[in-house]
Amino acid sequence: MKVTIDSITIEVEPGTTILNAARMIGGDIVPPAMCYYSKLEGSGGKCRTCLVQVSKGSEKDPRPMPKLVASCRTTVMDGMEVKNISSPEVIEARKGVVEMLLINHPLDCPVCDQAGECHLQDLGYEHGAAKTRYEFDRRTFEKIDIGDKIQLHMTRCILCYRCVFVADQITDHRIHGILNRGDHSEISTYITKAVDNDFSGNVIDVCPVGALTDKTFRFKNRVWFTKPVEAHRECENPKCCGKVTLWYKGEDVLRVTARKDEYGEAEEFICNTCRFDKKKTIDWVIEGPRKVSHKSVISSNHYDTLKPLPVVKTNPLLQQANKEQFERETRL
Amino acid sequence: MGRKLLLEHINVPGINTFDVYRSKGGYAAVEKALKTLTPEEVVEEVKKSGLRGRGGAGFPTGMKWSFLAKPEGVERYLVCNADESEPGTFKDRFLMTYIPHLLIEGMIVASFALGAKTSYIYVRGEMMPQIRILEKAIAEAKAKGFLGKNILGTGYDLELYVQPGGGAYICGEETALLESLEGKRGNPRIKPPFPAIAGLYGCPTVVNNVESIAAVVPIINDGGDEYAKIGIGRSTGTKLISAGGNLKKPGVYEIDLGLPAEEFLYSDDYCGGIANGKLLKAVVAGGSSVPILPANLFLKTINNEARLMSYESLADGGFVSGTMMGSGGFIAYDEDQCIVRNTWNFARFYHHESCGQCSPCREGTGWMEKVLHRLEYGHGKMSDMDLLVDVSKKIEGNTICPLGDAAAWPVASAIRHFRDEFEWHVTNAYEATTRNYGLAHYADPLNAVIA
Amino acid sequence: MLSVQDTNTPVKFSPELISKFADVVSRYPVGKQKSALLPILHLVQAEYGWVSAPAMDSVADFLSIQSIEVYEVASFYTMYFLKPQGKYMLEVCRTGPCEIVGATPIMEHIEKTLGVKEGDVTEDGLFSWRGVECLAACGYGPVLQIAPEYTFYENLTTNSVDKLIGDLKAKANK
Repeated sequence: MKVTIDSITIEVEPGTTILNAARMIGGDIVPPAMCYYSKLEGSGGKCRTCLVQVSKGSEKDPRPMPKLVASCRTTVMDGMEVKNISSPEVIEARKGVVEMLLINHPLDCPVCDQAGECHLQDLGYEHGAAKTRYEFDRRTFEKIDIGDKIQLHMTRCILCYRCVFVADQITDHRIHGILNRGDHSEISTYITKAVDNDFSGNVIDVCPVGALTDKTFRFKNRVWFTKPVEAHRECENPKCCGKVTLWYKGEDVLRVTARKDEYGEAEEFICNTCRFDKKKTIDWVIEGPRKVSHKSVISSNHYDTLKPLPVVKTNPLLQQANKEQFERETRL
Repeated sequence: MGRKLLLEHINVPGINTFDVYRSKGGYAAVEKALKTLTPEEVVEEVKKSGLRGRGGAGFPTGMKWSFLAKPEGVERYLVCNADESEPGTFKDRFLMTYIPHLLIEGMIVASFALGAKTSYIYVRGEMMPQIRILEKAIAEAKAKGFLGKNILGTGYDLELYVQPGGGAYICGEETALLESLEGKRGNPRIKPPFPAIAGLYGCPTVVNNVESIAAVVPIINDGGDEYAKIGIGRSTGTKLISAGGNLKKPGVYEIDLGLPAEEFLYSDDYCGGIANGKLLKAVVAGGSSVPILPANLFLKTINNEARLMSYESLADGGFVSGTMMGSGGFIAYDEDQCIVRNTWNFARFYHHESCGQCSPCREGTGWMEKVLHRLEYGHGKMSDMDLLVDVSKKIEGNTICPLGDAAAWPVASAIRHFRDEFEWHVTNAYEATTRNYGLAHYADPLNAVIA
Repeated sequence: MLSVQDTNTPVKFSPELISKFADVVSRYPVGKQKSALLPILHLVQAEYGWVSAPAMDSVADFLSIQSIEVYEVASFYTMYFLKPQGKYMLEVCRTGPCEIVGATPIMEHIEKTLGVKEGDVTEDGLFSWRGVECLAACGYGPVLQIAPEYTFYENLTTNSVDKLIGDLKAKANK
């Protein structure tokens, strides 16, 4: 069936959601998604960042939908026409949603491990306002460890429920969940119980913000100073694909994550052994450098080359003074 | 005083028992429906009656029933929504307390019409006494052969259970109610699919308000056409209005839809006017979620026509100068009430009751409460009113369920009609903490204030 | 993390309670026993006065569900007490229609009379109180209800509240 998004028409299978149809088209017309995760059944619909306007319901029933709809949970109808970035209403609503997501967020990006690969950062940058209108105390929670490898920093959480779906669908049983109600809701384990499961580490990868972080990587480095490399190994765990991204700093593997696609979703989930215990190059078969989008901050330190002024090249004194910069260049 | 279909025998001693209820013609609708009508005919009667959902949305009940999917070999469910929690509304509690068998009778007829073999009445948990009353009534009806296997020898089986809630306004939203009935958190589901296709346990389900279910009884007894003769236009039948606030005679009244609002408010047959000889300042006509109106706009529409108690007349003027019927939670405010304080109180309610699932409602309701709190306690700013209107717009229509709208409307409408009172709270901050703004011009005959 | 009064003693329900649980479970289709969760938590609370973590674990065992599913539900709904309360919990409606007919003065009076803040328990363990949202009795405000029986009191005045508290004290000391 045919669907038209921001005047671009595409043919899709019945049952496809508007968001996935937009992803098939690609580019700027793809609505942002903070809670939807294509690999997790039942996810989506909650964050409201992917709201779009349906200006024509379908060929059969051309009436527009009365409200903006969550594109991640609305399936396309034949002949449907959707407005995303071409609708001022959508832009305004999305700005509102971003503001709501940020009013209780600590904005502690300078000390947050997720900075540089945080979806909320990107969302705020692309769709938010420069200033906040919120003048009250922000909600805070104590940091807790769930297990020895994962830290939960609830203050940063945007309640996307992805980690709950991971625990339900990827691990064999769930011991963490959403407690309390309304803006007191929190991810927790009630009484500190360790989330201990072969696949529990995937909650780190699905978390769109810095609420669930890898304790083995905590404060080790900023992601944009590390160098991502694709690698794989024969994992003993039959459910693990063993395909990962290794994040190097110099010779050291600082962390291991699943490989993520352009929407930040893990291509395949990996086990905790691969993630937490295999941190030597010898453990892995290196495939090559990971392709990094030119938009990513990770690329900023890797692809800019030092272009010294001509005078530097001819003056040994200045060359000596910039020695460190030149060496850094060679190292990268 | 209009006729009474639901509350006719409400004052009969012992009407809460099966025998007295039966002696007053109770359970005749069950006999009529099960013995002389087919399920389709019952649905048809309800369609003809024009009955509209009494829980708030006002969707035609017969139409809702006819949407129910009927795949072979799949259970269908009827769930009665008795999670009455909307501030201003207390008619369902009244009905369940004093005439529980009316609800049981309606449940049997409606379940028969829908082909449900198991039905649930989801009662809010705080109403433990009502839960006990209903359970007793169900046991009585079962003992007399009106529930259980082979009802009245017609071959129709029905089990009816009462399910207590746990304390959450959001469970009045039908999909949150179903989640709660499945033993989960009361998070509303993302629609579609609607309950008529996939509701309780994924099966086709109808969720109806207590009063809607009760109204099925007179509709079957007298016929849908007779019922449709009462009322005005598309507002047919009688409606229970829960009247509260600063009234001489607060309580539950059954009115013919279309009754003039002025008569309802001032006639001794109904509310009897404002208590203690005060003047009317404002009215919330349909429960806390609907827009609040100043006295003048409530009694007369913007076109200077008398306002009637009907779905259409109350909505006359849209959100600019009108309001909604909602669930019939009627709250009157006298000249001594502070609109800012009341708006803050409602905002606190919605903040407290937001399930926290989707971001605009979770974060926005708390934000509005904080700004309103600051205004009420003399720390507000002139820009706060615009901020509140903007935040309410960012919530309205952008949430999973209607709680977002319900939280946004009271705030937006209070600022729309009572902006000068809000501004006075900023300019006279100290005075605002010591006295109220008073009636001002809100009851003036001509100057309807519309921002 | 919830502020939960943690007790490590496992809870074993009495056979009478278990049979009540089973009765609740029988209302739902086979395999849908999780539906019984809310009613069962009410039964647990009626028995113990509050819902402790070990009690929730035992409920989870009984219903063959994960403990976290019980915690999630118990913490969502306002009626379940996750820490011990007074023998009588006075819940005063604080929402709009009750507020405009004087709910706040009633709450202030209760606070003064009992000498404890909202949510705290009196020294004799008899009373706690809190403001709650709309109790659907808006025409008869101010109103309060008393857990665990949820008896209901309408058109409150400071005098009727005094009498009510006095009666409860007398009843408890008998």
